[in-house]
Amino acid sequence: MRDTLTSLRYRYWPDHLLGEILSKRWTETAIPVILLLIVGFALSRSIDHFLSPASLADTARQAGEIGFIGLGMALVVIVGGIDLSVGSIFALTDFCALYLLDVLNWPVPAVVVATLACGALLGAVNGVLIGYLRLRAFITTLITLIIYRSAFDLLIQRYSNAIAAAFPDIPSWNFIGGGDVFGVPSVALVYIAIAIFGHIFMTRLRPGWHITAIGGSRRSAYNSGIPVRRTIALCYVASGVLTSIAALFFAARLGTVGGDIGVGLEVIVLTATVLGGITLGGGKGSVAKSLVGVLIVLLITNGLTTLNARGGINRMALAGILLVAAMVDIRWQKNRTRIISKVYVAPTYHALPPPPATEIGQGGPFEQNDKLRDVELIGLGRIEAPEDVILDRNNNLYAGSRHGDIMRFFAPDYQRMEVFAHIGGQPLGMAFDRQDNLYVCIGGMGLYRITPDGTVEKATDETNRSMHSVNDDSRLRLADDLDITDDGLIFFSEATVRYEMDEWPIDGLEARGNGRIICYDTKTGATHTALRGLKFPNGICVASDGVSILFAETFGCSIKRLWFAGPKKGQVEVVMDNLPGYPDNINLASDGNYWLALVGMRSPSLDLAWKMPGFRRRMAKRVPVDEWLFPNINTGCVVKFNEQGKILESFWDLRGENHPMITSMREHRGYLYLGGIMNNRIGRYKLTNADPNFVQYDKRWGKLS
Amino acid sequence: MKRLRFNQQEIVFAVFAMLFVAFSIFLRGFLTPENMLTLLQNVAVLGILGLAMAIVVIGRGIDISLIAALAVPPGLVLQMVQNGHSLPASLLTAVLLTIAFGLVNGWLIAYAEVPSLFATLATGLLLAGLGQAALFQLDVVQWSDGMKGFERLGQGTILGIPTSIVMFAIACLVVAFLLRQTRWGAYIYAIGDNPYAARVTGIPSRPIIVLQYVVAALIGCFAGLVMAASVNSMPTRIFNSTLIYDVILVVVLGGIGLSGGRGGVLNVVIGTLLIGTMLNGMTIMDISYAGQNLVKGVVLLLAVITDSFLNPRNEETAQQGDI
Repeated sequence: MRDTLTSLRYRYWPDHLLGEILSKRWTETAIPVILLLIVGFALSRSIDHFLSPASLADTARQAGEIGFIGLGMALVVIVGGIDLSVGSIFALTDFCALYLLDVLNWPVPAVVVATLACGALLGAVNGVLIGYLRLRAFITTLITLIIYRSAFDLLIQRYSNAIAAAFPDIPSWNFIGGGDVFGVPSVALVYIAIAIFGHIFMTRLRPGWHITAIGGSRRSAYNSGIPVRRTIALCYVASGVLTSIAALFFAARLGTVGGDIGVGLEVIVLTATVLGGITLGGGKGSVAKSLVGVLIVLLITNGLTTLNARGGINRMALAGILLVAAMVDIRWQKNRTRIISKVYVAPTYHALPPPPATEIGQGGPFEQNDKLRDVELIGLGRIEAPEDVILDRNNNLYAGSRHGDIMRFFAPDYQRMEVFAHIGGQPLGMAFDRQDNLYVCIGGMGLYRITPDGTVEKATDETNRSMHSVNDDSRLRLADDLDITDDGLIFFSEATVRYEMDEWPIDGLEARGNGRIICYDTKTGATHTALRGLKFPNGICVASDGVSILFAETFGCSIKRLWFAGPKKGQVEVVMDNLPGYPDNINLASDGNYWLALVGMRSPSLDLAWKMPGFRRRMAKRVPVDEWLFPNINTGCVVKFNEQGKILESFWDLRGENHPMITSMREHRGYLYLGGIMNNRIGRYKLTNADPNFVQYDKRWGKLS
Repeated sequence: MKRLRFNQQEIVFAVFAMLFVAFSIFLRGFLTPENMLTLLQNVAVLGILGLAMAIVVIGRGIDISLIAALAVPPGLVLQMVQNGHSLPASLLTAVLLTIAFGLVNGWLIAYAEVPSLFATLATGLLLAGLGQAALFQLDVVQWSDGMKGFERLGQGTILGIPTSIVMFAIACLVVAFLLRQTRWGAYIYAIGDNPYAARVTGIPSRPIIVLQYVVAALIGCFAGLVMAASVNSMPTRIFNSTLIYDVILVVVLGGIGLSGGRGGVLNVVIGTLLIGTMLNGMTIMDISYAGQNLVKGVVLLLAVITDSFLNPRNEETAQQGDI
């Protein structure tokens, strides 16, 4: 009863999604967006007409103005600095625009250009001090804040009356201040244009990448040849220009120069920036985050003003939000990978009946023996990790190696060895096609083809992305074993879509159906996923009828059969289940039966743990990785079975010295060749009663010599 | 031939001496006993705040929220006494508020690892906002009868010396003792010099950082009490002023490098004297408030630039996000 409940809970509740969602980059933008929606909803309920067009247009005007400054702040924060002087630059450039227009009566275009130049100049002061003289950004902009503010105070003492007396009525100026296009305020239009450019600039253009790189690590950026000082200086110039754009719109909208213009603006913008999720200290951020942050802060401050909150409350709210956002951001950045690694592993319920006996004296097909005791060893100490082995019709032996090579041992004595092809990823399962090309599954890379002269070609490294998978599963992470049908379809297994090759035991710990079988069509070059939700699918072999494949599910401890054509197309049938070990590669035997490698034997402890997902989740959270309970692969065996699911024979190495752990075996001319992913040797075992002329793929393609 | 080398302390002292002599010669009414006392009285509060800032800066931090600590807890004392509470109870409440405030600052910086500039900028706003929204009825909290006797903290003389100057001297002695004679002081220097090394050595850096901010807030509160006593009120709008830049100016000009681990009480005294002389001279020259700020800003900028040349940032121990 309890087991049933556990099984149901783990079958239907998607535990694995949390870790996958958290490891997505977009979650960092999603949180501020959700906050924005909550704030917007709460305020629209408590304030009448909050979402009326007039109110929205007004909000859009303010958002546009603050948004420009927010973009500038985002830029300097991403480059690893901060700009506190924006409030004073805002005031000074606002004064500059109105002075030129009202007192000197300049034409509007000249005013615009001069104001932008003024902003650039004020920003350049910051830029030179911080970029070239390498002063601390915070303290420097704090000082320029006070200098600019005093300059502004001195200037308005002299000119505020002259500016207040003038009422310029210039259509273009009025359009800047209050115009709209189809109801969209002018400022919002310009903001949208600049924001789109900013997004492209930060994500697609070289200078944008330089800025992010400098913020991420200034020293590394310098060492890779990026002009660090100039880039930083230019960011402050850009911040000044963006602030002056905001000031232009503000000047055109209100036309006044009050003493408190821009006071405290830096705190508002900074709050917006941090709230949007732009990390203090640099290296991360986007235009979208900046916009979201500005909108949240604006809605809150406007909302509080509309609700008649006292000035102090407004201030406290802003400071409180700022602190909480900064704290969350800093803690999250620091612990992100740790949190994700803790929640990423999501074990599920996996129950197996007690395994069949293997002990000597118990009888049964799996009874241990010592047949592999005296296997001949090939390449001892000269090859590492031959997961699969294969032989061509000239009896040369091919095996993968940990170093990303396919090694070739020459017949007849297999002493001479050469690198047949260098691929770069670890070769796993192998098969010859009709034209003697060698197809190889490469862990972490995909399916590759090696022509008889040793040229390496990529066959496929991607498949269709599943619709409801959070992780992008279009890339192949762990292609494992393959076989080729008569029509040139290559069926290969991908053991897991959630882990990398070196993390395969974690997939076993999870015991979730993370694997799939993929089909690559050699005629069209198309790839599609044939079957999903398998527990570490591994060995694959085309069955005798030619329209189905046998495949092993390593952590399902079973062999299944999938029909890909014919009347039973699409059906899956269990051939054998409840194996005493974890099945690996399957290959054809000369008598029409199949060889199967058991890479490791089941243990009662893991069988029990598989029924206790909560226990394994606690283990993954609290115990370091190297102390987790993993599937045992210290000992295994080779068995022969038929399509009816009957075990015919088994081969063991009791001494556990030569081949305790076997991932693959290949019969060839009366011998059985053994490979193991942890081994430094290839075994050669003399079979009795075997066809002395059997060459697997020659028989398969009807090329019997 | 011996090379002539000056450290920053000597340079600042020389500048102070030259400025003093120049003002004495060219400014009428500068070198009078009354003006000298005014000068010292004006800078006493600044000097006390400078001591608070010095402790934090030596430990490689900065405390922008000092003005809030100066304005709000003493303002609370005046407000509570006005509302009929007894003076000791009010003082106790204010001190507890100050300690809590320092603990919040220290926790944010040491445990939540928010950069100190940033944390104190926000907490300062928070405390000032709290005062404005919940604690004070008016922007300027007035002296009331219940405070009788307390004004002696800032007014009058002790042995012929104005009390505020005596208070500054007492604060100097206490801070000097803390920094030079106690183990905690040595820890603060060690943390400022190289936080990672200090941590590896086994110094309890986080509690010590919290202690720095608590002590700084307490000294700030003390400065506020002296200030309130000398002007018989607490103008809480002082938070919006540029006083904090003066405090940073005192510390940086005095020769306490912003990169931490260097300097002491003497530097604060020298910095205070220089700033006091400068401000006093500018007031006599009748330069407007904004003009004074401009001059101060430029001087501070020059000081920071000089500081960055004399005490270059250690790129090895400067961490990412250390803005």
